Amino acid sequence: MTDTITIDDHQVPFEAGQTIMEAARAAGLYIEHLCYNPAYQPHGSCKLCSVKVDGVIQTACTMPAIAGQKVESDSPEMKSRRKTLVEMIFAEGNHYCAFCIKSGSCDLQALAYHLDMHENSFNHRYPVRVIDASHPDLILDHDRCIFCGLCIRASRDQDHKNVFTMAGRGKATRLAVNSETGKLGDSTIAADDAAAHVCPVGAIMPRRGAYSTPIGERYFDARGIDEIDNASGKL
Amino acid sequence: MRSTTPQGNCDVIQREPGQKIRIASCSLAGCFGCHMSMLDIDELVVEVVHHLEYCRGPLNDVRELRDVDVGVVEGALCNEDNVKVLEQFRANCDLLVAVGACAINGGLPAMRNHFGLTACLKEAYLDAEGVVNPEIPRDAELPRLLNRVRPIQEVVKVDYFLPGCPPPAAAFTELFTALIEGREPAFDEDMVRFD
Ligand code: SF4
Ligand code: SF4
Ligand code: SF4
Ligand code: FES
Repeated sequence: MTDTITIDDHQVPFEAGQTIMEAARAAGLYIEHLCYNPAYQPHGSCKLCSVKVDGVIQTACTMPAIAGQKVESDSPEMKSRRKTLVEMIFAEGNHYCAFCIKSGSCDLQALAYHLDMHENSFNHRYPVRVIDASHPDLILDHDRCIFCGLCIRASRDQDHKNVFTMAGRGKATRLAVNSETGKLGDSTIAADDAAAHVCPVGAIMPRRGAYSTPIGERYFDARGIDEIDNASGKL
Repeated sequence: MRSTTPQGNCDVIQREPGQKIRIASCSLAGCFGCHMSMLDIDELVVEVVHHLEYCRGPLNDVRELRDVDVGVVEGALCNEDNVKVLEQFRANCDLLVAVGACAINGGLPAMRNHFGLTACLKEAYLDAEGVVNPEIPRDAELPRLLNRVRPIQEVVKVDYFLPGCPPPAAAFTELFTALIEGREPAFDEDMVRFD
């Protein structure tokens, strides 16, 4: 007999060691997420995957599945909490989708659509961050960085280069580059590294090729983030 | 297709039979692209003129604003005059609709928030290539600039938001149709685009 947890109305089996997120995905259930990527260790930082586990809010990407858990995910309350988080992420950085080359294939934007965000109830911070255009093949636009740490994990665990790290605290948190000058161009990152392609938003972008796919024909233009995630394990 | 109904209150607009809904619009710090999209409602215009009365806006240059049912605001807040116009709209419109990225998150004009106001003025009027008679304009007639560009809902309450740069004409069509039919607008997925 396999152990199960309950996610909303679904009985979901799991294997020992799986998280709630992993069990849900294996069962074809979508739980919103941003800093989670099945290829890497969970980070538990964006809180988008918050669910109620036996009444207590936990992050599904880090919470181990334990037999008998009752998980509330697809409820108006959890959806509205996730929408609030997405609003906060937008307000915290500088996200001008209308002139972002990632528009239409951006996880954050797709989540905003998916969670029916039409506006922002938080005041925008408009932080002043400086773009790093020192690399010949990549652009690092800090304005759009959401501190998901995926580039850090990809560079450390897959590329074995440790190009990125998080520096500072609180609202002074910033993504830092391990190089003499702190510039991407002086680091060891290469255009075909995993870290160069893992960014879920438009913060680390390849040079050239911008607008080669017209708006309206991009990744999320045909369907929502929940469908793609379930259909193909995109990420 | 999934569609969303915002938490608005379209039903505050009560009409006597035959009475038209009064609409006003303005462009604050915006590029008129949103107004262009609003004009892009094609044949709905024919229907709209029977039900809506366009009483003030950049298209007719009327200044006065009284007893308006719906105010449509394009553009961000970039100077004192923008704030004054916005407050006048809020005070005189039953419903306020923010249209476009500029109104909702500052959009293109907010890109100047990256730089100090003085730096922007210096660049535009003193240092930029091709500037003749370098001088920062200071005429009393000119509205003073705000230190930072702001979206409108940071200053007044807004009832509906049509995101996009500009919002697609279909979003305006749905808004106007809902007003005419006296129901809440329901925006389909493809009417809610941030780009
Ligand atoms: S990174 Fe995504 S959310 Fe941010 S501006 Fe670009 S498309 Fe919009
Ligand atoms: S650059 Fe991209 S991948 Fe790296 S932390 Fe920022 S948002 Fe995440
Ligand atoms: S949202 Fe876009 S189209 Fe509308 S006024 Fe601003 S820049 Fe122009
Ligand atoms: S996806 Fe779980 S915390 Fe980010």
